[in-house]
Amino acid sequence: MMGRTQVSWTTACSSVSWTTLWSNFADGTIHDNADRGAIHDTRILFAGSKGFIGMELQAIREIVARHRHRPGAMLPILHEIQQVGGHLPATAIAIIAEALNVSRAEVYGVITFYADFRTEPPGRSIIQVCRGEACQAKGGCELEEHAKRSLGIDFHQTTTDDAVTLEPVFCLGNCACSPSVRVGDEVHGRVDATRFDELVAEAKASSGVGP
Amino acid sequence: MTVKVYVPCDTTAVSIGADRVAAQISAAAGSAGLDVMIVRNGSRGMFWLEPLVEVETSTGRIAYGPVKPSDVASLFASDFLRGGPHALRLGATDEIPYLKNQERLTFQRVGVIDPLSMEEYAAQGGWSGLQQAIVSAPAQIVAVVKESGLRGRGGAAFPTGIKWQTVLDTPADQKYIVCNADEGDSGTFADRMLMEGDPYCLIEGMIIAGLAVGATVGYIYLRSEYPRCWTTLNEAIRRCEAAGWLGKNVAGSNHAFHLEVRLGAGSYICGEETALLESLEGKRGEVRAKPPLPAHVGLFGKPTIVNNVITLATVPLLLARGGKFYADFGQGRSRGTLTLQLSGNIQRPGLIEKAFGLTLHELLYEYGGGSASGRPLRAVQAGGPLGAYIPTRDFDLPLDYEAFAQRGAMIGHGGIVAFDDTVDMRRMARFALEFCAEESCGKCTPCRIGSVRGVEVIDRIAQGEDRDKNLVLLESLCDTMQHGSLCAMGGMTPFPVQSALQHFPEDFER
Ligand SMILES: Cc1cc2nc3c(=O)[nH]c(=O)nc-3n(C[C@H](O)[C@H](O)[C@H](O)COP(=O)(O)O)c2cc1C
Ligand code: SF4
Ligand code: FES
Repeated sequence: MMGRTQVSWTTACSSVSWTTLWSNFADGTIHDNADRGAIHDTRILFAGSKGFIGMELQAIREIVARHRHRPGAMLPILHEIQQVGGHLPATAIAIIAEALNVSRAEVYGVITFYADFRTEPPGRSIIQVCRGEACQAKGGCELEEHAKRSLGIDFHQTTTDDAVTLEPVFCLGNCACSPSVRVGDEVHGRVDATRFDELVAEAKASSGVGP
Repeated sequence: MTVKVYVPCDTTAVSIGADRVAAQISAAAGSAGLDVMIVRNGSRGMFWLEPLVEVETSTGRIAYGPVKPSDVASLFASDFLRGGPHALRLGATDEIPYLKNQERLTFQRVGVIDPLSMEEYAAQGGWSGLQQAIVSAPAQIVAVVKESGLRGRGGAAFPTGIKWQTVLDTPADQKYIVCNADEGDSGTFADRMLMEGDPYCLIEGMIIAGLAVGATVGYIYLRSEYPRCWTTLNEAIRRCEAAGWLGKNVAGSNHAFHLEVRLGAGSYICGEETALLESLEGKRGEVRAKPPLPAHVGLFGKPTIVNNVITLATVPLLLARGGKFYADFGQGRSRGTLTLQLSGNIQRPGLIEKAFGLTLHELLYEYGGGSASGRPLRAVQAGGPLGAYIPTRDFDLPLDYEAFAQRGAMIGHGGIVAFDDTVDMRRMARFALEFCAEESCGKCTPCRIGSVRGVEVIDRIAQGEDRDKNLVLLESLCDTMQHGSLCAMGGMTPFPVQSALQHFPEDFER
């Protein structure tokens, strides 16, 4: 679980160290204290959510507690939990709903509205290919085809070795040097098929998977 | 003596190697024992020349570009630290025609200063607008904004002064300033460049807005596609708080202003101001019916100014130089400067800040240098994914809100995307509908369902199935979307589709 590349923002306001948290998760235990019933409910709802075992409840609670009194706390909470754990496990939904005094359906409704939020763990690297018009004007469609073909997956899918999740994105603000690709938090410009393959290889290498 | 070398930290410059160039320069200077200070500035916006390296010499800043890491050794060998000759030498940065011929007002400091340096910001005119605002009555501040003729740069071009007046006139215990930094339109990057290159300017504009209407809290709603802006803005806010520009007592004025950045989550519709407010409140980004206007009932039900990044970042200049100074640029009802963003299949893509009135032709050929591929240009899309496609015969159009509107086009946020003659306009029309289907908030049927049906109809046209009948159906579908949608997402998606049909019918016959 070490070396996931999608989490690399140094947020000025985040006090959670991502590496420490992941090393805490490594034993795979859930340190559950309260509301077991609620959690079991949602676990049924998200039976397919494989990553939630690895997410420490205490970490989720700590994040929720830190943000819950801020006005409009929902998105900051969702972002930070996902930043720390890679996705939003069912357990998190129950905890957020309780803390913000809304229904779990409401939390789930927010999560599904936004393209960024995921309830399933992604691959070790998230690669976004821009579909915007400025990228299309410089071969973006061909790049998109190449990305899907070379990785053997469609958008919103993860390679079988769990190395790469491929996502579409509508503009990275990098239109002047299109076509653009984002890997983790790095944006790359003028990406052709060769450069794309290099980026995939680099992403795999930095997340500990051979080419 | 220390030599200053500028290497941009702008996303686009970095996307094509600026970090590696900076590292290479640092290493080369280190091993040669030279006293070099590398400043990471914003971009000057001449992206075909990025990574653009500038050296401060006794005769001003000298530019070299585009610089690859492998060019660095030869730059040192050519004594570039003293502006020495080299194949990549471009001369004095300010004399490069692309830059020299611009009227940089809002972007006056972008690419010039170290974005986070408080000293450089102050030395280059920063905070003088705020100082002026502090000694002015709220109504006076609003009057300056009105006099300037500034209209919203986010897309709708609504007069900023009138919006501010409405919020000023609405009594409430709490008001908010919200900066729309969602910059969702493809082909636009001015907001990003400003936030990465001169963040204090945006912060200053927001504080002034707060003083003008009596708001003590501000939010910057930033799209999550901009990680560099997130880091830069948060650091800039931290430094402003430490220096007393933000907080309980702004610069000793006895006025409070607190500012926070909030992150979007990959939704285009959250750029629409009411969807944005819903999102800030922690909900699904669904569009609200208007009225009430956000100026009356906005964030958390309170009177709220929602303005685009460029709109707010222009405000300090208005206060510092006077409304008339700004209004003297431009033409007709389009006053001041427009921050154009040129991209797509174009030789010299970049940021061009010019007074309104430049024609598309001048922009595309004199600045842009024509297509990047060398093939003839065929169309441009202006104003983002909801903007019309404009054929070459309309390139005489002056960049002016009213002139564009007259021909069924819009300037929007100022993004112009160029396409050469290999573009398939049927495919672009299909994409517009597909994008709408993907990003619709789902609140109304013409947009949510119409877009999906539109894609299907175009696919049938492509298959040659009942072509004439389906073309009529597509027109009628566009009509329904345009007139039956709650917001401009569904209401304007027909523009790229109809303009493609109207100007490039041959592409629908294949
Ligand atoms: C679908 C849609 C998307 C929009 N996206 C943006 C955006 O990304 N950024 C922006 O500033 N305005 C956007 N707007 C315009 C805003 O609704 C609003 O007019 C603007 O934020 C007001 O600020 P201004 O007056 O300074 O332009 C969008 C509007 C619509 C209908
Ligand atoms: S037009 Fe589309 S985006 Fe706008 S409110 Fe209706 S469904 Fe939502
Ligand atoms: S359209 Fe691809 S980066 Fe803007």
